[in-house]
Amino acid sequence: MTTLSGNDTASGIPRTRFGRAYLAYAVEPWLYLSPAILLLIFVMLIPLGIGISYSVQSINLLRPFETGYVGLENFEALGEDARFWTALVNTFWWTFGSVTLQFFLGLGLALLLSRPFHGKRIVQALVFLPWAVPTFLIALTFSWLLNPVIGPLPHWGAAVGLLEEPYNILSDPGTAMWGPILANVWYGVPFFAITLLAALQSIPGELYEAAEIDGASAWQCFTKITLPFLGPMIAITIMLRAIWIANFADLIYVMTGGGPANSTQILSSYIFTTAFRRLDFGYASAIAVALLGVLLVYAVILLFVRARLVKF
Amino acid sequence: MAEMELRDVRKSYGGTEVLRNIDLRIGDGEFVVLVGPSGCGKSTLLRMIAGLESITGGALLIDGAEMTDVPPRARDIAMVFQSYALYPHMSVARNMGFSMEIRRRPETERRGPVDAAARTLGLGSFLDRLPRALSGGQRQRVAMGRAIVRDPKAFLFDEPLSNLDAALRAEMRLEIARLHQRLGTTMVYVTHDQVEAMTLADRIVVLNGGDIQQVGTPIELYERPANRFVATFIGSPTMNVLEVAPSRDGLRLADGTPLPGPGTARHIGIRPEHIALAKPGEGIAATVEVIERLGSDSNVHCEIPGVGPILARIRGNPDIRPGASVGLVPEKDHLHYFDASGTALPGMAM
Amino acid sequence: MAALRRTPPLAVVGTYLAILAYVAFALFPLYWLLKIALTPERLIYSDGTALWPSALTLENFRAVLFATDFLAYFRNSVIVSLGTAAATALIAAAAGYAFSRFAFRGKRLVIALMLVTQMFPLLMIIAPIYKIVAALGLLNSLTSLIIVYTAFNIPFATFLMQSFFDGIPKDLEEAAMMDGCTRLQALRKVILPLTLPGLGATLGFVFTAAWSELFFALMLIRSDDTMTFPVGLLSFVSKFSVDWGQMMAAGVLALVPSCLFFAFIQRYLVQGLTSGAVKG
Repeated sequence: MTTLSGNDTASGIPRTRFGRAYLAYAVEPWLYLSPAILLLIFVMLIPLGIGISYSVQSINLLRPFETGYVGLENFEALGEDARFWTALVNTFWWTFGSVTLQFFLGLGLALLLSRPFHGKRIVQALVFLPWAVPTFLIALTFSWLLNPVIGPLPHWGAAVGLLEEPYNILSDPGTAMWGPILANVWYGVPFFAITLLAALQSIPGELYEAAEIDGASAWQCFTKITLPFLGPMIAITIMLRAIWIANFADLIYVMTGGGPANSTQILSSYIFTTAFRRLDFGYASAIAVALLGVLLVYAVILLFVRARLVKF
Repeated sequence: MAEMELRDVRKSYGGTEVLRNIDLRIGDGEFVVLVGPSGCGKSTLLRMIAGLESITGGALLIDGAEMTDVPPRARDIAMVFQSYALYPHMSVARNMGFSMEIRRRPETERRGPVDAAARTLGLGSFLDRLPRALSGGQRQRVAMGRAIVRDPKAFLFDEPLSNLDAALRAEMRLEIARLHQRLGTTMVYVTHDQVEAMTLADRIVVLNGGDIQQVGTPIELYERPANRFVATFIGSPTMNVLEVAPSRDGLRLADGTPLPGPGTARHIGIRPEHIALAKPGEGIAATVEVIERLGSDSNVHCEIPGVGPILARIRGNPDIRPGASVGLVPEKDHLHYFDASGTALPGMAM
Repeated sequence: MAALRRTPPLAVVGTYLAILAYVAFALFPLYWLLKIALTPERLIYSDGTALWPSALTLENFRAVLFATDFLAYFRNSVIVSLGTAAATALIAAAAGYAFSRFAFRGKRLVIALMLVTQMFPLLMIIAPIYKIVAALGLLNSLTSLIIVYTAFNIPFATFLMQSFFDGIPKDLEEAAMMDGCTRLQALRKVILPLTLPGLGATLGFVFTAAWSELFFALMLIRSDDTMTFPVGLLSFVSKFSVDWGQMMAAGVLALVPSCLFFAFIQRYLVQGLTSGAVKG
């Protein structure tokens, strides 16, 4: 890259160098980055722009002759769409329920795994395995497990009195959301366990030894050392994970398709059904822009919280 | 074998200039040490000679040929890194012969130089090991072996001993000195340790804040430092520097003690080993605070009332105690004078 | 966190019980999948919630492999996932190298760009992508899926590769250049051998992500002969929803590659997750 250029300057005469060597150095990183950047621009950013522009157009593949600019019509329709508001509320409960359960179960697992015990390596491999299972398969497996014809869960539920009779909770609008949440918890516990475990192990052991010498109890160690150390990192992980889960529609789409009676429809699954089943790209994009708006507001809150938390 | 010449070399990152007006000529076979506090630009200068940093302005010549823009591989210079930078996935033998591998020399030809270098460095029985199975000192030897095998025009060393413990450091220092004597190759050596600089160098280049402060043999720097920075940087323990004011017939300390010297001096310097202890009333009146007894010498830390602390290094084991009043008598021939800008002034007696 | 104090025996028992509960929770659904897949069809209903099948058979697997199109779906998915993993690893390695080794103007901007693509809902671009792919005549082609998946995975794979490159001291490259290497030679002879585990881990993460992607595959692939495994399995489920044994046998097959890669990337889970490897 930095071959000796035909040296026009007499050697030794002081000069400012913006020659080939400098140029090569400035250009080289862009050379390595260009495939990544080009791909991201053409496959993600340009479609993103187009997607936003769709939200003010009428684009329905089933009605190809009504294509065109419609202003805010899609958004007005959105305001009157009861399904949209249901989906918005559902998105909140779906995210809140999943994250809460995933976090607490993940924290428990991380605390258990942070201590040495016999067979730890194999246990660790087994409990993290769900993370590697393809999501469509998780969805199918849990809908089978919840199906009284083939799965044991409804029968067990009835046996311990959770259910009056062994029926499929996915077919009851009142309980259906618990199905995808259960699957999501199963899938997401390893994520929290792994990140929290890594964080736990980053706390220097001397701190606990010092606290021990100072006479702290196990509970005091947890509240006075572990929590303050992990607090900010935990908060940020949870908030970032919440964004991801709010967008995560695979489980719901496969397990319930948003039903019954829209009881499990969240915004992102609503986007997909609108685009995929009704082929109404304009309306789907309007929902997507609304979801993006919700997430942006959330992100601003997140940044604010982060700025408050990360002081040291 | 090579002569090197740096002509008005400069280096800046963005808008900040880290090296200015570096003019230096390094003779064939010379051992030059670049020394200075951290951040003075000494490593950057070495890396510019190596070709690992671009040269912002000026020129680098090796044996008269312009090398300013030549990539490192074409400069025929070997370098020993502070971290050793051994290739972790290659055996010691392959590490040392890697330069020949790159130049596509057949394996049979590579063995000779590698074996020879291993023998001189006492690495013969480690050739098949991976670097991680070696101790720090052995890794250091491999790094030097890798450079020796190249038989380059010049060796560059970037703080090669700073990761070793004190005993090993002294041993390796000797080894490097031997190596230089045996090979007679030009060597440029960067360190912040002035003991290494004094013991190894034919000539020392003292850098501070991106400027060359002084270039000279170790003894020149010790005896005739060009300014206050060099004076306090070279020599251990550090030179005492005391504020002085002009008086009618020379200079005086803040406590009024008269001293000879040029009237433009604002500070005088005196090395601890050039101060003698005397009875109270002679020389400068001071109080002993702490005595460090090293056996062969003693460091006597004193306080001159109204002036400040001063250190005297006394032969043997003087019979004094902390709190005692003493007189300090500087050897007049070894007084150094610095003007307001810190530049050394010619002394009266010299 | 080592056991500093002596733990009372009751707490030890409790700890092991809790661990056992987690293991059971993690494994039970997969066990059930395997159990039904191995149960002969006539016993599926009579066995009901029994934990152990009263007879075992491989008939379901035989049927899935030879009497259905699953082998073709499997092959398509392998092509897509391997293609995506290879392309992503290559491109992300280059980008990660640039991030790790160069300080340049605009670096923060590129990083911000990559983070943005990680944050917005991917479903936002499903409609535009469909239209673009259709306009290019690439619907029902595995190539379009590979391109789209590669773009999705590049940001996290880049950060992951960067973390691996950061772990290799810059000195090594410089030593190689002093030893006579060009930058490319230094990359090939010194950096590449040392990043092989990192490249492997990146391949594994991207493979599992591509293997389980559903929505874009559903949208872009409608023809039977280019269906990926998830799409094929879902259409099978909607058509033959009572062939329990076969569905679950197919599910077990879908699990195999993920489990293999999981065994391989386990050591890098922490690094992967902290780089933002959120599968899907």
